[in-house]
Amino acid sequence: MSLDKETVRKIAVLARVAVPDDQLDPLAGELSGILNWIEQLGEVDTSDVEPMASVADMTLPWRDDVVTDGGYPERVTANAPDSQDGFYLVPKVVE
Amino acid sequence: MITLTDLTIAEARKGLDAKTFTAAELTDAHIAAMEARADLNAYVLPTPDRAREMAAASDARIAKGKAGAMEGIPIAMKDLFCTDGTRTTAGSKILGNFVPPYESTVSANLWSAGAVLLGKANLDEFAMGSTNQTSAFGDVVNPWTRTDEPTRKLVPGGSSGGSAAAVAGRIALGATGTDTGGSIRQPASFCGIVGLKPTYGRCSRWGIVAFASSLDQAGPMARTVEDVAIMLGAMAGHDPKDSTSAPIAVPDFTAALEQGVKGLKVGIPREYRPEEGLSPEIDAIWTRGMEMLKDAGAEPVDISLPHTKYALATYYIIAPAEASSNLARYDGVRYGLRVLDEGDGLNDMYMKTRGAGFGAEVKRRILIGTYALSAGYYDAYYLKAQKVRSLIARDFKAAFDQGVDVILTPATPSAAFPLDDAPSDPVTMYLNDVFTVPTSLAGLPGLSVPVALTEAGLPQGLQLIGRPFDEETVLRAGRALEKAAAFTATPSLLEG
Repeated sequence: MSLDKETVRKIAVLARVAVPDDQLDPLAGELSGILNWIEQLGEVDTSDVEPMASVADMTLPWRDDVVTDGGYPERVTANAPDSQDGFYLVPKVVE
Repeated sequence: MITLTDLTIAEARKGLDAKTFTAAELTDAHIAAMEARADLNAYVLPTPDRAREMAAASDARIAKGKAGAMEGIPIAMKDLFCTDGTRTTAGSKILGNFVPPYESTVSANLWSAGAVLLGKANLDEFAMGSTNQTSAFGDVVNPWTRTDEPTRKLVPGGSSGGSAAAVAGRIALGATGTDTGGSIRQPASFCGIVGLKPTYGRCSRWGIVAFASSLDQAGPMARTVEDVAIMLGAMAGHDPKDSTSAPIAVPDFTAALEQGVKGLKVGIPREYRPEEGLSPEIDAIWTRGMEMLKDAGAEPVDISLPHTKYALATYYIIAPAEASSNLARYDGVRYGLRVLDEGDGLNDMYMKTRGAGFGAEVKRRILIGTYALSAGYYDAYYLKAQKVRSLIARDFKAAFDQGVDVILTPATPSAAFPLDDAPSDPVTMYLNDVFTVPTSLAGLPGLSVPVALTEAGLPQGLQLIGRPFDEETVLRAGRALEKAAAFTATPSLLEG
């Protein structure tokens, strides 16, 4: 599998990572190298094999749907680049 | 005259209880050593003031006879663990000056047991790397050097490179690490220390900056198997805040250490001698390790783990896929870096912030992960990798079902390499994890124990792999190997 410059541009937008134009070609080369190496998985017969999402051999626990924490918005927003009155501020969205 | 920084955790605990020295003295000795060895760059943030306060509190508890298992022991905390009120960076520029308003469960457990925080340890950015060179805070220097090139600096391994260098360099008695594909075991081997990746679910992941959630596991790094056992006991335990944390009791990991390996069946997987060849030197050390266990009464058993060769490719789909999702949270809104120019909209802010904040390796993995999860490719890459993962886990289960108690393999395919000669090709770099990744995919405990020096005078570790939640057997076999190997060499840095 070989990725071209345009595909890398598209993935970068999906991932919301700005990639300068002059880095698209080298990145396409590196990513293609990784994907080509990964192609070897095609050799493995996985018919009738269940996909494994977790090694934890357990049923996920339930808990009561109640608030267990919170009530300190100023602590929660303390690290925000921009905040006001316990809210995060982002640039104006005009669509 | 004893050198306080040379003690093991077990020896330091005895000395503190016997009042031979105080926790304050032990901590001060480490702070002085940290300053003298600042050029290792093992710490991204030393916390001497906090260390002295914690040591004073430890001395007060010792005076009252209320010492915990790690009371007064100065440690390094990998900067992936959130520490309340102390900057946490994950080795990335994107977290900026993030100061967590909460404490990770594992670090909280260590403080409850009395441990003292010397500082936050350097690491590969978001724990993605095998050399510590992806850190936004500069390279870490391995305290060891080759005998034939004594001035050439070597990598400490990664991602827990700062933790490993700190422990090997005698500027911490122990350190926390995290291991997703080998990030505890590989640097432990490169730096000649002991490192344990516990079973997935043994230690809570809550409050650890997430990389790949189905693989990440915290574990201890120290200079002896006993020290690792002591530390694990303090770190582990069920935590309702991590739904994959196992609701099972934490045994006394030190209790069985000296029971030996008489009668244990030690699996030797033939696939760990890959077609492209294993370095004859590493192969010989592996054989020697097997003979040591045999001489101690264990029975070596030839086993097959047929899907081993596919583990790396599987890992490099699953881990980036999970990372691309986990790292979506770094968007310039709630914490860390924000890049916003006049007139920019929200999307511009996301793109620019992430473009400027993430390093090259992290970007590569986010892009691979995004691609593998994107419409049209999900089945071909992600689902396929999850299926091969099942087969890899099944291989290990079959080996243990046939009566094998523990598996012995090399920890790494080579010893530490020079900082200025690290592979630039990503795939070549990924091969560093060839022996550690299968264990991670199967969620099993893996212990790296230094066994011998290579011809160049560098430490080389062997890995012991155990059944799920059977760290006790792994540690017991590790102790037997440690005893037989009698690895007493110290880093060249300490001699100079």
